[in-house]
Amino acid sequence: MQREEILKQVTDIFRDTFDDQELIVGDKTNAIDIPEWDSLIQIELICAHEAHFGFKFGMREILGMKNVGEMIDIIQDRVNL
Amino acid sequence: MLHLLDYPFDSQTIMKKRRGLKRELLSFGGNFLDKKVAILGGSTTKDITEILELFLLKNNIKPAFYESEFGQYWEDAIFDNPILEEFSPDLFYIHTSNRNLQHYPSPSSSKKEIDQSLSNEFTRYEKMWDSLRKKYGCLVIQNNFELPFFRILGNLDSVDFRGRTNYILKLNSMFATYAENNADLIINDINYLSASFGLQKWSAPQDWYLYKYSLAISAIPFLSFSVANLIKAVYGKNKKALILDLDNTLWEGVIGDDGPEGIEIGEETSLGQAYREFQSYIKMHKDIGILLAINSKNDLENAVSGLTHPDGLLRPEDFQVIKANWNNKDANIREIAQELNLGADSFVFVDDNIVERDIVKKGTQGVAVPEIVTVESYITTIDKAGYFEIIELSKEDIVRNQMYKVNVERKTAQKEFFDYTEYLLSLEMIADIKTFESIYVSRIAQLTNKTNQFNLTTKRFSQSEIELIMADDLTIKISGRLRDKFGDNGVTSLVIGTIEDTIMNIELWLMSCRVLKRNMEFAMMDALVEEALEKGIKTIKGYYIKTAKNQMVKEFYGSMGFKLIGQEGENTIWQLELEAYQSLNKVIQVNV
Repeated sequence: MQREEILKQVTDIFRDTFDDQELIVGDKTNAIDIPEWDSLIQIELICAHEAHFGFKFGMREILGMKNVGEMIDIIQDRVNL
Repeated sequence: MLHLLDYPFDSQTIMKKRRGLKRELLSFGGNFLDKKVAILGGSTTKDITEILELFLLKNNIKPAFYESEFGQYWEDAIFDNPILEEFSPDLFYIHTSNRNLQHYPSPSSSKKEIDQSLSNEFTRYEKMWDSLRKKYGCLVIQNNFELPFFRILGNLDSVDFRGRTNYILKLNSMFATYAENNADLIINDINYLSASFGLQKWSAPQDWYLYKYSLAISAIPFLSFSVANLIKAVYGKNKKALILDLDNTLWEGVIGDDGPEGIEIGEETSLGQAYREFQSYIKMHKDIGILLAINSKNDLENAVSGLTHPDGLLRPEDFQVIKANWNNKDANIREIAQELNLGADSFVFVDDNIVERDIVKKGTQGVAVPEIVTVESYITTIDKAGYFEIIELSKEDIVRNQMYKVNVERKTAQKEFFDYTEYLLSLEMIADIKTFESIYVSRIAQLTNKTNQFNLTTKRFSQSEIELIMADDLTIKISGRLRDKFGDNGVTSLVIGTIEDTIMNIELWLMSCRVLKRNMEFAMMDALVEEALEKGIKTIKGYYIKTAKNQMVKEFYGSMGFKLIGQEGENTIWQLELEAYQSLNKVIQVNV
């Protein structure tokens, strides 16, 4: 899957989770950019992505992701397997 | 979207759509019962609370929550807590797990040490419950403990006092004893829940390491569902009665057509065994005070003949009400509600037929309708939905209270508040009505031999006799196949007429019970008349030959606009002039 397409799907998930259909999400987006993004909603985000893309992140991956771009790197890797 | 919250549910979908679900549940604006629930967690509770809210709202309970700070369950219970006091909860849910155990045994511990540990572990909880009772005096729902996800002692882990599994089993037993002796403590059995879900899946250590959830996130809806079931039971929202269909629900087969000899129930066949176990399961509900009723499209005597089958377990006297008739099932349910003096929202309706389930869902308010699929899963589908979450079982209460309970709303008889014609249209029915085709010869012959109820003359035909009829130009022979948005019923109706000059005599008119009350007979009649007119026929004669089983079609020709012209004993002859015939079918799309 192309990176662009992944970002589009990730954006949809973010919009659903934060209940904000106007939300803009990019490679550099992280918790600092979205006020409601706390550790608890992060759990929801991870789970929603796992459910949508059909794989589970490993612990190290979750702990290591610094922004959306790094998450997309992982997704791209896993869905292209 | 609310069906997402019906068992069996998809965890991921519920988690994903939680906000939309909450909006939809609240939009009903109905009368919610407001309750304050204090959740004391020994681990993360956020998602548990959010999903619990959805299930409570679905039960018409609107919760306000207090959630302890992370892991502070014990402190909140023991020490003064002005915020909690001001919140003034109606009940507590203590969400602890084996992650909160403080004194696990080890292989090197002595028996004395372990006994002391068990005692300390239990006393800690006992102190908590006593403190809550003193300060708040309300109900407490308490998790017991799930089993460990590894066993150092292997199979010995549950047997030897030094095993963690053995320790947890003993602790659970102590919890159970306490709950038995204290009506204000209710155990939420996560030992059973986790086993049912799959202990390996439930334990998901990574969700503990990452998020401090004591269970897999995907298991959360199942946990919350269980707690919601208990809470709904506390506030009197348990279902009180099971309303059951008969054919293919309590036995395999159709009693009206197959007779007691033809249905399968009992030890002799695999399916018979499955239905017998299901009957046994249903019958056990009487012991917990649940009322049973029948809602079946059958003549009463056929229904009773099925229920008196020697190998069955349910008997006519097990049921408070038996509705065996040809009325719509939602109307029957409204009558049952009146007769039992219960609201329809006290009922669970069990029927294998998706169309009947649909009619009941649309035509009644609050009836639970489990989507049962095949007999081998009837029990689990009903059981896991938790309709009858009994939180207390007392001998005296059961029989008498359940029979004469006045603690219910009395609903006045409702008129059919939805339009049946519109409902039939919504089924998107399509009928293929054609002259007999070779591919159906076997099915046609079979139908003439096994259809007994909707059968005007009960004439039986062999395949070769059908083939002769097909070759005879002086006959009109049509078969009807009915499909709808739920599926294909196959060939289900036949009409055979023989021609004498400008008169056609109907030798055979039959229809499978599966498609009753759908106006299929109207469609067949229209097609029959059309073909008759093409062949220059002016008059159709219909014959009703009475048998023990076809009482239901005694007035059929009358309802089709025929005039009664003769009678021989209980057999009747009818006549219709085609000149003024107006088509009857308005709801089925017909392909000829």
